[in-house]
Amino acid sequence: MTQPLLDVRNLTVSFHTPDGVVEAVRGVSFQVERGKTLGIVGESGSGKSVATQTVAGLTRGARVLGQAIFEGRDLLALSAAELRAIRGPGIAMVFQNPLTSLHPFYRIGWQIAEMIRAHEAVTAEVARKRAIELLGLVGIPRPERRIDDYPHQFSGGMLQRAMIAMALALQPRLLIADEPTTALDVTVQAQIVRLMGRLQREFGMAIILITHDLGVIAGSADEVIVMYAGRVMEQASRHGLFGKPSHPYTEGLLGSLPQIDAAGQRLTAIAGQPPSLIQPPSGCPFHPRCPHVMDRCISEMPAFLAVPGAEEHHSACWLMDPEIPA
Amino acid sequence: MTDCLLQVEHLVKHFPIKGGLFGNTQYVRAVDDVSLDVRRGETLGLVGETGCGKSTLARCIIRLENPTSGKVVFDGNDITSKSDTELRPYRRRLQMVFQDPYSSLNPRRRVGSIIGDPFEIHGVASGAERKRRVQDLMHLVGLNPEHYNRFPAQFSGGQRQRIGIARAIALRPDLLICDEPVSALDVSIRAQILNLLGDLQKELGLTTVFISHDLSVVRHVSDRIAVMYLGKVVEIASARELFKHARHPYTRALLSAIPIPNPDLDAAREQIVLSGDPPSPIEPPAGCRFHPRCPRAEAKCAAEEPALTTRLADAAQHLAACHFPVKDGESVALAGKLS
Repeated sequence: MTQPLLDVRNLTVSFHTPDGVVEAVRGVSFQVERGKTLGIVGESGSGKSVATQTVAGLTRGARVLGQAIFEGRDLLALSAAELRAIRGPGIAMVFQNPLTSLHPFYRIGWQIAEMIRAHEAVTAEVARKRAIELLGLVGIPRPERRIDDYPHQFSGGMLQRAMIAMALALQPRLLIADEPTTALDVTVQAQIVRLMGRLQREFGMAIILITHDLGVIAGSADEVIVMYAGRVMEQASRHGLFGKPSHPYTEGLLGSLPQIDAAGQRLTAIAGQPPSLIQPPSGCPFHPRCPHVMDRCISEMPAFLAVPGAEEHHSACWLMDPEIPA
Repeated sequence: MTDCLLQVEHLVKHFPIKGGLFGNTQYVRAVDDVSLDVRRGETLGLVGETGCGKSTLARCIIRLENPTSGKVVFDGNDITSKSDTELRPYRRRLQMVFQDPYSSLNPRRRVGSIIGDPFEIHGVASGAERKRRVQDLMHLVGLNPEHYNRFPAQFSGGQRQRIGIARAIALRPDLLICDEPVSALDVSIRAQILNLLGDLQKELGLTTVFISHDLSVVRHVSDRIAVMYLGKVVEIASARELFKHARHPYTRALLSAIPIPNPDLDAAREQIVLSGDPPSPIEPPAGCRFHPRCPRAEAKCAAEEPALTTRLADAAQHLAACHFPVKDGESVALAGKLS
């Protein structure tokens, strides 16, 4: 059996705040296979960004437990210098808001070239040439001229392309894309999703795609995990998740989306509000909003149970317990 | 024309930007000659991407902006050049729900007084009567009336949007303009607010203009949909007609870009990925404004601006501004134009 590229085991991340301890991620496990895309879906506060940022060593001041094995090494046990050597050639990230991820005072090309020179002993000229190539690769027209533009001279879609170019500069094995298309218009979103798919095929890198948009996941992920209040609620292949959603939260999310062929009908919204992470609900965090809530859900967090009749499909819900009569 | 509550005629809004060494003033052509009708009781969806002028159009309709030229006729009265005092009686009939439930509520004021403002301003109710009516409204939009004395910060995003909606419907307006009312909300909360808006519309008999960049949301709520691109309406039709028989290549591209939460359907449909970004509204392209990105563009498109009119054999209510409208079942020629 081959090792997954990234194996996150029982990750827990908590922050101290003046209001109390925020448990952003509570015992999350997932794997990313080489060359595949893992989609992480969840709403605000589900812990999807914190979990992946912790893996990349970007959550300062947090209390972190668990393991994140990347190519045989536990990322959570590495020193800052060792992590820095992995970020770039090993793991690269693309964030939601490209305008705040680039320095406004430096030219785009300089920022990409600097990234290359920080990791490889190449001359400024070589790095600049590579930066031009990269900008061309991600579809920036006339890259040899646009390379000397400042970030404000780029549109949102072009900035996101530049961010992707920067992330790809060292040909990472894993790209973490955190809501890469959320700030973009739909037609530009389609361009970026297509671009990421093409680059994945060309470079054979694995992608973690974090989004709140189930539609984006449906188009591009191989495996999907659904997070809620810091926990993984359901994990399945893309077809398994959309074909046979098993967790009431996933069902609720899908029911919340307007269906194009059923316009005007009432949406089956999820009642109530997302929970507080300082005082999360007892048992299953979804129980206060769940239409199928049972006594057991209030007292006991459900185990990650196999969904009956489906392979490699798990759901953290007591409804999946074979001992419970349907 | 009695079934038209609102008529917008050749509306233009240009914002001047001062610049250049010699003081040349340029203009952002945010809305450029837009005409449309809103019928009594219907929901008109207004879709388009960032910068297409949909919000400016809405702000001109309720006179938060003064149009550069053109007319806004509300219930038979031209309100385009009315003074603030003359506008007052219309203001209570025209209300707006804003996108951001965080910046559209004053953080230092209690929710009860925010929702009660319209009663105060228009001298409808005061004192105990006002409080009773505010609490009725809070109940109507699904807020706990006991939270009358709380501050906005004590509410979540979805609840704040409910506060904004309560304020907007307080005076039972005839026309409600919702500017991206659910874009800032999480998926599960978004569905709650969409359901609420639907219920209120039925209950109060509202006419609604619903602005969004999200076609699936617009499709869900609208009777008719107008698609805007760079300050122009490029296509307008009933929602069903637009989704089945879109004529404008831009509409087709928008439709194909909607992410569908179903992997099989998603893979099966025609993918039209436009190249490039929307151009600047300061110097919009000549002819059809969409032609630099359009996979069907020909020489005529760069030279001559297409009129918004009935194309092919469509119903009289289906208008599109395109010289080469897409026929049913035809694919939008896309060879060589992909990113």
